[in-house]
Amino acid sequence: MHWQSWSAFFNMGGYAFYVWFSFGLTALCVVWEVIAVRKRTKEALRLTRLLAQDS
Amino acid sequence: MSINWFKYSSPQAFYPLAGKMIPWFSWLAVLFAIAGLIISFAVAPTDFQQGEAYRIIFVHVPAAWMSMVIYIAMAFWAGLGLALNARLSAMMAQALAPTGAMFTFLALVTGSFWGKPMWGTYWVWDARLTSELILLFLFIGFMALQAAIDDPRRADRAGALLALVGVVNVPIIYFSVKWWSTLHQGSSINMGAAPKMAATMLQGMLLMALAFWMYTIAIALMRVRSIMLERERNSDWVKSLSAPLSLKGDA
Repeated sequence: MHWQSWSAFFNMGGYAFYVWFSFGLTALCVVWEVIAVRKRTKEALRLTRLLAQDS
Repeated sequence: MSINWFKYSSPQAFYPLAGKMIPWFSWLAVLFAIAGLIISFAVAPTDFQQGEAYRIIFVHVPAAWMSMVIYIAMAFWAGLGLALNARLSAMMAQALAPTGAMFTFLALVTGSFWGKPMWGTYWVWDARLTSELILLFLFIGFMALQAAIDDPRRADRAGALLALVGVVNVPIIYFSVKWWSTLHQGSSINMGAAPKMAATMLQGMLLMALAFWMYTIAIALMRVRSIMLERERNSDWVKSLSAPLSLKGDA
């Protein structure tokens, strides 16, 4: 471990904005995609159930 | 060991199998990501030229790799669907496209956020960046084309043609740093040559790549399940999923 302190870690040698933006955006995209796909599957299952009730 | 692969080539057989595989790949993705992030931030040393800014490599390079790998996988499934008229293959291609577009977008954005502090600019119109941008347009074009055609089987065929023609762009991206002079640095890893980076940097990058790989499989399986439900809504096997007896399975 080569970080002297937490603030040095968050500062990323002066490149905090670029580094944390890159990692943050990646995390955000992944979380968003998982939520979106789960919603889509739930909706598909709900419609399937509706259709099964009708027939 | 003989597995009858064709048994799983129909949606009704693949749907429950995919459901069983999703948690495994999800947990592998989480484990690889934790290990990869620990190495990326706590173990890998500071770069002597780029300082801490180089740590963007741990998301940028795996995202860029995945963008190309997913494109090839998407074109493979689309082509297989076209050749064998197999609907599950076409659905796999459809399930991969949004994730491929996402990783392409991430490769471009994290690259430009790495370029700004290192090159002094977010964007240059050089071969590597431009061909990766074209890859994003190919993914978006594939999705838009499929969405624009009402008949799903015709949409599959049209999308497959676009995906297959677009494959030519992948080697162009890969070799662009060799073929043209560019601001972009050369490959981090070359076949048959010792890596030009510290071993821990390489390990971090490979672990993050594995995490993205497992994530891609998990999310594509999740999405292909919803595509199966949507497209086969009127088939007996989908209807039987919500029959009273099988309600307990999938909520």
